[in-house]
Amino acid sequence: MFESLSDKVQEAFRKLSGKGRLSETDVKTGLRDVRLALLEADVNYRVVKDFTDRVAERAIGEGVIRSLTPAQMVIKIVHEELISLLGEPAKLDLGGTPPVVLMLVGLQGSGKTTMAAKLAVHLRKLGHRPLLVAADTYRPAAIQQLETLGRAIDITVHSEGDRVAPPRICRNGVDRARREGYTAVLLDTAGRLQIDDTMMSELESIRELTSPRECLLVVDSMTGQEAVAVAEEFNKRIGVTGLLLTKVDGDARGGAALSARSVTGVPIKFMGSGEKPTDLEPFYPDRLASRILGMGDMLTLIERAEATFDQKQAADLERKMRSSAFTLEDFIEQLHAVKSMGPLNDLLEMIPGMSQVTKQLPSDATERGLKTTEAIISSMTIQERRAPRIINASRRRRIARGSGTSVQEVNNLLRQFEQMQQMMKQLQSGRGMRGLMPRLR
Amino acid sequence: MLGLRRNKIEDGVERTRQSVFGRIANLFRTNEITEETWDELEMLLIQADVGIATVAELLQIVRESSAERGLRRPEEVRDLLKQGLVDLLQGSQHTYLEGERLLNVVLVVGVNGSGKTTSIAKLARYHKERGDRVLLAAADTFRAAAIDQLQIWAQRVGVDVIAHQPGADPGAVVYDAIRAAQARSANVLIVDTAGRLHTRHNLMQELAKISSIARKQVHRAPHETLLVLDATTGQNALNQAKMFAETAGVTGVVLAKLDSSAKGGMVFAIGRELGLPVLFVATGEQPDDWAPFDAVSFVNALFGEA
Ligand SMILES: Nc1nc2c(ncn2[C@@H]2O[C@H](COP(=O)(O)OP(=O)(O)O)[C@@H](O)[C@H]2O)c(=O)[nH]1
Ligand SMILES: [Mg+2]
Repeated sequence: MFESLSDKVQEAFRKLSGKGRLSETDVKTGLRDVRLALLEADVNYRVVKDFTDRVAERAIGEGVIRSLTPAQMVIKIVHEELISLLGEPAKLDLGGTPPVVLMLVGLQGSGKTTMAAKLAVHLRKLGHRPLLVAADTYRPAAIQQLETLGRAIDITVHSEGDRVAPPRICRNGVDRARREGYTAVLLDTAGRLQIDDTMMSELESIRELTSPRECLLVVDSMTGQEAVAVAEEFNKRIGVTGLLLTKVDGDARGGAALSARSVTGVPIKFMGSGEKPTDLEPFYPDRLASRILGMGDMLTLIERAEATFDQKQAADLERKMRSSAFTLEDFIEQLHAVKSMGPLNDLLEMIPGMSQVTKQLPSDATERGLKTTEAIISSMTIQERRAPRIINASRRRRIARGSGTSVQEVNNLLRQFEQMQQMMKQLQSGRGMRGLMPRLR
Repeated sequence: MLGLRRNKIEDGVERTRQSVFGRIANLFRTNEITEETWDELEMLLIQADVGIATVAELLQIVRESSAERGLRRPEEVRDLLKQGLVDLLQGSQHTYLEGERLLNVVLVVGVNGSGKTTSIAKLARYHKERGDRVLLAAADTFRAAAIDQLQIWAQRVGVDVIAHQPGADPGAVVYDAIRAAQARSANVLIVDTAGRLHTRHNLMQELAKISSIARKQVHRAPHETLLVLDATTGQNALNQAKMFAETAGVTGVVLAKLDSSAKGGMVFAIGRELGLPVLFVATGEQPDDWAPFDAVSFVNALFGEA
């Protein structure tokens, strides 16, 4: 699972043990690549230091020095420690007498409003009657934003315009929830800098007036080293009870989550993975750990594929494969679907070990291949796509001319397609697609 | 202009005087440079989000050339480090909207929540103060109430907005806005776009399309494509800059939220690897929290020096 980092650490230890027995200092030196990987992932410098110290200590305690395979042992410890530091996934605390109050706080632009809408949808699924409260009276049109979202997801928004003080609005919102039978209240507060004392005091008064069950700090997964200072201060001022990690559909390694988690000690509760109100994901420590270490993310890749190819399409495809009715037409449709999942190089990078390979390729090599294939198939007639057998030499020349490619490229494609059909025939007798997938762990 | 620039940048990084870079300055007040000095320097630069590759290269260069030149006084080494930092930023500096044209089209892009719309308000005000006739295009038709947000800002700074309905085609908004700008003989059109993660292929293609629509109407438009980066962003800023530069042809960076406790150190890596210049800094939520970027005063301010 941890291929590339494993390789590096292995190499480091191989060099070190070449000198004879490993010393404690050697173990620490061997952890250099782990340290760099974490720093590259935006884990805070202090947190990295504590982490690698702890790993070194455990490694020495557990006899890495005498081990014949020190690198493997160290990697295992790194993995375990990282997962344990990230903590168990935790549910929202929805206890107490209703309405339960959840307060969302964070820096400007971290994604609070979108997250509030997502949580409202989630709570409704759990059988709650949520009320959203528009408490950002500062950012222009922030209230309209929440109101628009509320209409789209059909959830009531309590707002009093931007002339009333936010603590009052929050208090009134909670009173209204109690009166009107809402069971959960989500407070969407304005973004603020943790160093802005006046604005931080405002959060304290909101907290006092509404006694939230949860104070959720919304952390942008792209945040850098300052995540520590931000989380520390919000926690000190209002007592954070959980973390919400946003924008994980990007390619940030997300070390900020580890930083925030380690200075607050509170659990990561959810991750936001898109702009739609349903783009809310539970947090899986092992996945985030491999992402932070830059080890690729097969699971995300598989999920993205699942999101792209819907159930019906997949079933159709399988049926076609079984009956050998899979044609070049289906093939081009698949290509389009794969393309809509994002640039191929990005997809390849999610596969453990592939990131090195894609670095060697020119950035558009795989895209180019796709374009050629597409051009060739587009130049075929419908009959040709359905029954590639009929494509004789003169047809090949015509297709090559039409697609601006060479006859050889057309030949290659047809050969590949034939191989694919062969493979599918074999699959029918075997265990299906799953059998072809590499084992994940 | 210089006066404004200095004050703003200084304000924005005032707190850093006592923190990271302030500590760097203190480091150099000691008498002798030791191994620990270098370690401490490395740590401080990393904490400012400069990034390990850039830090390693920078420190190596400074170490080597101070050895070569036999520098021993801390101040001399400090000046060398400062020069190294400035060089990373200056390699690519160009004048914002250089040259004369009837209509300047400025496209503003970036990830969600980085500060695009607010920056546009500030940029509009900046142009207005210099006597330009400014028009805004509300091409973020996607995010809830994004159009309202831009309209409120426009009213505050006293400029007009061309907008369609929510959900409309952003390309059509840009098309109309350019025609309107020409009809009203505005000379600066600033286009707000929806925030998008650089990993979303289709959304990135949409930006390329918007650019090409602008280019068909106005010679060589957009004349600047500004990437708004949040100063609290870490190493991912480099990926953002790479992808936006590739698909949207970014010509410069706006470093927003520099009033936060973050240092914006990733702009050094962006300068070093992509040669993209920082053109403006945004330092708060008021229309005048805005200043042209100047590498020397940025680095000076980071070191806690005027
Ligand atoms: N402190 C601070 N906040 C900013 C700055 N620029 C923008 N913001 C805030 O960041 C949030 C997102 O800004 P917005 O302009 O809507 O970002 P967009 O989504 O990129 O258009 C809003 O709350 C803004 O008020 C800045 O320079 N400093
Ligand atoms: Mg916006």
